[in-house]
Amino acid sequence: MTIQTTQAPETGVAIANSLTAGRLPKSAPWTILVAAIAVSAAVFAVVSFGSGSGYNWGGALFVGALLYIPAIWLFSTLVEGRRRAMDRLVTALVTGAFLLAMIPLVSLGITVVTLGAARFDADFFSMSMRNVTGEGGGIVHAIVGTLLMTGAAAVISIPIGLMTSIYLVEYGRGRLARGVTFLVDVMTGIPSIVAGLFAYSLFAIFLGPGTRTGIAGAVALSLLMIPVVVRSSEEMLRLVPNELREAAFALGVPKWLTIVKVVLPTSIAGITTGVMLSIARVIGETAPLLIAAGFTASVNYNLFDGRMQSLPVFVYTQYANQGNPPQAYLDRAWAAALTLILIVMALNLIARLVARFFAPKFGR
Amino acid sequence: MNLKRLGVPAVIAVTAAIALSSCASNEGGAAPSESASTLSGNLVGAGASSQDAAQQSWIAGFQTANPDVTVDYDPSGSGAGRETFLEGASNFAGSDRAFKDEELAAGGFKKCAADSTIVELPLYISPIAVIFNVEGVDSLDLDAATVAGIFAGTITNWNDPAIAATNPDATLPDLAITPVHRSDDSGTTENFTEYLGAAAADVWTWEADGVWPLEGGEAAQGTSGLVDAVSNGNGTIGYADASRAGDLGTVSIKVGDEFVPYSPEAAAAIVDHSPFAEGRAEGDLAIDIDRTSEEAGVYPIVLVSYLIACGQYEDPANVDLVKGYLSYIASPEGQDTAAADAGSAPISDSLREKITAAIDSIK
Amino acid sequence: MTSAPAPIKAKLRIGDLVFSRSAVFAGSMILVTLAAVAVFLIVQSIPAVVATTEDASILKTNFWDYVGPLVFGTVWAAALALLVALPISIGIALFISHYAPRRLASVLGYVVDLLAAVPSVVFGLWGIGVFAPALVDAYAWLNEYLGWIPLFSGTPSATGRTILTAALVLAVMVLPIMTAICREVFLQTPVLHEEAALALGATRWEMIRTAVLPFGRSGIISASVLGLGRALGETMAVAMVLSASPVITFQLLTSVNPNTIAANIALSFPEAYGLNVNVLIATGLILFVVTFAVNAFARWIVSRRKEFSGAN
Repeated sequence: MTIQTTQAPETGVAIANSLTAGRLPKSAPWTILVAAIAVSAAVFAVVSFGSGSGYNWGGALFVGALLYIPAIWLFSTLVEGRRRAMDRLVTALVTGAFLLAMIPLVSLGITVVTLGAARFDADFFSMSMRNVTGEGGGIVHAIVGTLLMTGAAAVISIPIGLMTSIYLVEYGRGRLARGVTFLVDVMTGIPSIVAGLFAYSLFAIFLGPGTRTGIAGAVALSLLMIPVVVRSSEEMLRLVPNELREAAFALGVPKWLTIVKVVLPTSIAGITTGVMLSIARVIGETAPLLIAAGFTASVNYNLFDGRMQSLPVFVYTQYANQGNPPQAYLDRAWAAALTLILIVMALNLIARLVARFFAPKFGR
Repeated sequence: MNLKRLGVPAVIAVTAAIALSSCASNEGGAAPSESASTLSGNLVGAGASSQDAAQQSWIAGFQTANPDVTVDYDPSGSGAGRETFLEGASNFAGSDRAFKDEELAAGGFKKCAADSTIVELPLYISPIAVIFNVEGVDSLDLDAATVAGIFAGTITNWNDPAIAATNPDATLPDLAITPVHRSDDSGTTENFTEYLGAAAADVWTWEADGVWPLEGGEAAQGTSGLVDAVSNGNGTIGYADASRAGDLGTVSIKVGDEFVPYSPEAAAAIVDHSPFAEGRAEGDLAIDIDRTSEEAGVYPIVLVSYLIACGQYEDPANVDLVKGYLSYIASPEGQDTAAADAGSAPISDSLREKITAAIDSIK
Repeated sequence: MTSAPAPIKAKLRIGDLVFSRSAVFAGSMILVTLAAVAVFLIVQSIPAVVATTEDASILKTNFWDYVGPLVFGTVWAAALALLVALPISIGIALFISHYAPRRLASVLGYVVDLLAAVPSVVFGLWGIGVFAPALVDAYAWLNEYLGWIPLFSGTPSATGRTILTAALVLAVMVLPIMTAICREVFLQTPVLHEEAALALGATRWEMIRTAVLPFGRSGIISASVLGLGRALGETMAVAMVLSASPVITFQLLTSVNPNTIAANIALSFPEAYGLNVNVLIATGLILFVVTFAVNAFARWIVSRRKEFSGAN
């Protein structure tokens, strides 16, 4: 779609190269962007001069970027025609959406890293909060709790979730399949705090009132995790082309082997992403763990006995129940938040490596 | 292949747990204790979140002195704490209010012996500061009616004559007042509204309640949320545990003819000047705080939080532990730790005598 | 070859049997779990629904008056959040899958995935400490110049902790999960479709409109449902950021905002006892029902579009 030789130039401007006729030069978007920002900067300068307030750099950049969108559309319409203008407009909008989303995300990242760095030291990873008041202390107990509870939740929910999605995609027929699809939908709607209440009450029935254990926390988390695993795996399994399955069947491969050797490897990257997202989703859950697993200042390795601290609950309690001096508590909260994000980052990396290792090679 | 991937988080968790198990440097380890404490076991308490910071320092102090003891305090809230204690799921409770007469009459404390009374000890006294964020103003003198007017929304600007009248020296800006209240159910709100209702009955017509009684207005979650909202806003005013006032401006409250800033001594003084609730069993030291007291040097906006135990436990196993822990809290050392870590007001010696007698009566 | 072939009968393999049975079992587990949750919720809620102010101190009049503003606030905040998040997340997903240079794309995808891991408490801390104060001026500006629109009327908040802030925080929170799903689906678009569109002379946008978006439609809807589910049920961030009152109002910029069900549970549960606990659990049931209704609606839309499903 780059050859436009039939249209004679009406403006009388000589065309150096017929292949680039009727197109904005490559540098045009950048020129327009700079111009738009310059205009907005000038307007902001006048306003700030007029009102006597400080110059708003962020605002000038933001408005400049906004100006660019109609500007590029206008220029492109004039020179290139409606279809290309639309294309440029969408390119600008899509890139803009990305940049817009980056603003809060970067701000959040900077906040967590700068505030978290204050207590990101050796003590922090070698101590618990037992017998610690005021300054000092660490998060060993919270890391242990988070890993154990999230691990237990993953052990419960990944097999159930994955098998359910396999059931829905490969076996599911009739009433049960429709029912399960429906119920997975319902399950996505379980508010996390209700999951916590449920797990707490369930274990309270068997083990007496006031019982708070790690396993109750894990059950609450898996309630939240299963539907995410099912939903994302189902979506990915459905994207595996039927031709692959049919080819395997035609070769006489049993159905279960087809699923294990053909369908799952094909979709493994997507499924892994889904699983990681589900872990990421629950590892930061505060409300259900607060209710079901409680919190403590000491390390507890036993999922089945005693309260268990976790990182998000640690962050919350450090913020909500500040002692003296408050800054020590806030520093610990931010450093724990940073740790939590780093842990998820590590899990994510590992999952990606695993996915890359097992996934069949595609063209793209 | 499938299994391997499923196992990854679990494997990491287990490996990490093993790796970490050796390095919680402040845990375990038979710390040689000189006092050779004979106490051992687990003590579980639950209740008021206002006491949490103090409980943490009491627990730390008590566990250091008695290495074989583990105390857990669950700041699940006063109501939940009283209910947990009632059900017998905890050895003691922390509560921002004492049990009511009718609740005591209903009885049914499962941890306690059949005809046992309960022991309620006012061991955590915390002044509530009225904090504000107005540029250039560090402190204000206000009477109860003005404070009530601000929070009721009848006084809406910082340059209101009612504020100026008691603060002739302050430069009050022409700025809208944004009163901030707690959005959660809290003992702090209950004590604050009780004070407003008692000391400024004409302006404040709502009943004392843990939930803010007015509709509308700026609300924030928890003490931390409220302090954040006040510090991040401009022209904001709120109420919070005095220990959290930090750099914010604070209000001196008019008592009698003078204006009293919050202080631990003034907060302890109002408790000493208030009568014990009538008709209570021996050892039940519930206090009726006299919010309208005109004694010199008392600060009337205080939160008194109780530690509640059985007069006689059904199972004698934990009695020594409970007595040991409560005695530590009541000791000057315990009260001073809490004052340092949580900003509470140490109890006076006369109150300590009564409390010690009550603790001794536990069996 | 002359005699009629015997009818082919599928061999019953142990592997198949075990595998299909365990798949069915996993599906049924979901049934059982949900039944348990539902029974728990309903049993706990029954006493609350008929309670009045005398039984439960948390109620001003009766249960329905209590829960009304909360339902409104929940749906309102989540709808605002989705309104902001959906176009942006589709934009980001397209950017990562079809616009960004390939090398950069995988890194960007990773960054966005990571943000799904930021715990809601941290969003709350960030919202109250950084985001809300930054919006105060913008809100004052909106109120001054666009105050004639009812949404922006009223006295703008001095702390920025309004329902709009909460909705924006929610939007940021649901962005990663929505983006990740959209991106994954967009990447699965058959390359042949895309190349065919380009070969017919389509611009990049036309290729996306005709090949990528229709293919990814069910994925987009799944993403929205998951995002909405999270926005509806989000607890801590809203509880920390929002300045809430029991009111129904559409004003976006004032200090007086309706609360959400989940945040209200988080705020009131710690001090709740007796029948108040049941009241809160009953509001949880309502939230459950609301979310379910939204999901059912989305499912219905997906099923109507089923005729165009790329793979099967």
